[in-house]
Amino acid sequence: MIKRFKQLTLATSLAVACFAAALPAAQAAEEQFFMIPSYRVGPYGANGQSFYGGFIDYLTYVNMKGGIDGVQIAWEECETEYNNAKGVECYERLKSKAQKAPGPIHTMSTGISYALADKATADHLPLAMMGYGLTMAVDGSVFPWLFPLVTTYQMQASAIVKFLKDKSGGSLEGKKIVYLYHDSAYGKEPILALQAESRLNKFTLIEIPVAHPGNEQGAQWQRIRQEKPDYVILWGWGVMNMTALNTAQKMGFPREKMVGGWWSGSEEDVIPAGDAAKGYTSATWNVAGKDVPLIADIEKTVYGAGKGNLKDTSKLGTILYNRGVSAAVLSVEAIRTAQAKFGKGKAMGPEQVRWGLEHLNLTEARLKELGATGLLPEVKTSCSNHEGSGKVKMQQWDGKKWVPLTDWIEGNKALIHPLFQADAQKYAKEKGITPRDCSKE
Amino acid sequence: MQFFLEVMIGGLLSGVMYSLVALGFVLIFKASGVLNFAQGAMVFFAALSLVGCMEKGAPFWLALPLAFGIMTLLGIATEKFVLRKMVNQPPIALFMATIGLSFFIEGLAPMLWGNEVRRLDIGLVDEPIPWILDNWNMVISKFDLFASGLALGLVALLALFFQYTRVGRALRAVADDHQAALSIGIPLQHIWALVWAVAGFVALVAGMLWGARNGVQFALTFTALKALPVLILGGFTSVPGAIVGGLIIGASEKLAEIYIPPLLAGVFGGNFGGIEGWFPYVMALLFLLIRPEGLFGEKHIDRV
Repeated sequence: MIKRFKQLTLATSLAVACFAAALPAAQAAEEQFFMIPSYRVGPYGANGQSFYGGFIDYLTYVNMKGGIDGVQIAWEECETEYNNAKGVECYERLKSKAQKAPGPIHTMSTGISYALADKATADHLPLAMMGYGLTMAVDGSVFPWLFPLVTTYQMQASAIVKFLKDKSGGSLEGKKIVYLYHDSAYGKEPILALQAESRLNKFTLIEIPVAHPGNEQGAQWQRIRQEKPDYVILWGWGVMNMTALNTAQKMGFPREKMVGGWWSGSEEDVIPAGDAAKGYTSATWNVAGKDVPLIADIEKTVYGAGKGNLKDTSKLGTILYNRGVSAAVLSVEAIRTAQAKFGKGKAMGPEQVRWGLEHLNLTEARLKELGATGLLPEVKTSCSNHEGSGKVKMQQWDGKKWVPLTDWIEGNKALIHPLFQADAQKYAKEKGITPRDCSKE
Repeated sequence: MQFFLEVMIGGLLSGVMYSLVALGFVLIFKASGVLNFAQGAMVFFAALSLVGCMEKGAPFWLALPLAFGIMTLLGIATEKFVLRKMVNQPPIALFMATIGLSFFIEGLAPMLWGNEVRRLDIGLVDEPIPWILDNWNMVISKFDLFASGLALGLVALLALFFQYTRVGRALRAVADDHQAALSIGIPLQHIWALVWAVAGFVALVAGMLWGARNGVQFALTFTALKALPVLILGGFTSVPGAIVGGLIIGASEKLAEIYIPPLLAGVFGGNFGGIEGWFPYVMALLFLLIRPEGLFGEKHIDRV
């Protein structure tokens, strides 16, 4: 009897041990791991809190709804403080965890993206740069692992010009436009595109840089007052935005004639400027508000269960929160696309996720299924087009909230995309890269 | 000429805002002979405390003394936990301690009050004075004039404090030699706690004005960058020097930003705008070659 009991105990223990050993392996096989090099403290912590709050809330939401066709999402955050060196450190720390079944990496920093571009390519990890980063990576034949998804600075600048052209009765000929920009790689990126637009549309472009951090712009705005431009395009970040709005008020420049890029168009940029921001317009590739069904459902499902990532729930539905959700939607959809080809219910490897990102087709119908109609534009990527959309909306600050002014506006693709291709081909030549033949992909 | 004057006046008024931050540096330097690396963080902490108290329901008139109380506590804590052990240590050790303090405050402030960008309304709009605009076609901001008046008042008060009070004299003695000051019975700990509290008050005024102008946010810590060339120019130990240095730096950086880039572009081509980020430093360094102790700084003589 005792012998039988011992055998039974041994057999049970072995079975439990085998099950216990098998369980993590099974879980690991069904997990898609997202490394999240985020920033919640430091100079741009407020922006990071909203963006990564939205990003993580959507991942939680997907998990609560059963995962990506049964595959649960795991993630780990690492604080970068928007600092390039710390961003690289986070990447190095987390890359081993991500190598088996990665999610696209979102740094929300042009500087960190630049620092990771070569590393991610060498390590075969997909790097997403939604509305920032290395824009020539639109040409996927040279940059297979980099994805400047949705739209780029250049296409945005072109769309802003189109908007101003419509506002001016269909022509910008003889008009004067000031480009007030953060004196950094981010601010300089769209200059060539704007110069091309100024030649095409025959307007005068005046480029005025602002030294980092941009908390003092007296001289720049005195020059703007002297130049008497028809419009000012603002390309700021953080404190530069509210300083620009306040100084515009001080100089008596109408805010209705100012149009910002999407990094100059969040609640964080306008609320601290108070009445000085009223009437100001900015571009955006995602809308604000909780009336988008997906955002409302996240609030109900995730926050209802007490699993929300935001401490300050007033940020729910803000531009940057919704941008974080949009970034996560695209990431999850890329994995879903990959699963459709390589096997549903399986965790996807790096090459498969890359393939998914390169074959995204987020149609209006799919956006509707997700409850994200109007949240972001349709996105269709390919080997030769890692951007996939190039569209933005214009929104105006009414003193309390962002009000959409237009439908999606597409930049001048025929003018802008050849600039990316030229840059990418030049880069490939310098680095000795043989571009892929996209017709075979 | 009218444009030149407008740029110069705008620059002078901006310079006073830099002086406000520089004043905090001067106070600590006068008391301990060390550059307080944490002054920018103190400006951020003070403004965040002010706006934090207002968010908790305190009206502005009450939030201001409350924030001052918090800054005083911070000053006392700094003396007790950071400086007390550093008496008679070389200035570089004290300087390193202030670097540590700076990171500590930068982490503590958002932990206590949150990291959101806040608006601070002090009831003064940053817009041009209509009469000057109509008659002279020049933009002079009400806000800048108010800030200048406040800064000048503060300087007058501090100058009187240092010159004519016992504490002020004790403070100068402490700055010269910690141990000698202690040996003749000057209570070093009290003096340091007091001067850090006063520096906290100056940081509060600076934080209030900069915060009302650009929003209360982490970027307030960058205001220290604007104060350093002011200090080099004005002298690290002179309160009036901080004001004069601020005026010179403010006016020259604005004039340089307007007039130098077109000249450089004419010679080299390209866009040379945005020079105001580094121009004040180059100017201050050039000035160091001529007068290393700054305009109003004390000449240091070591007898062999």
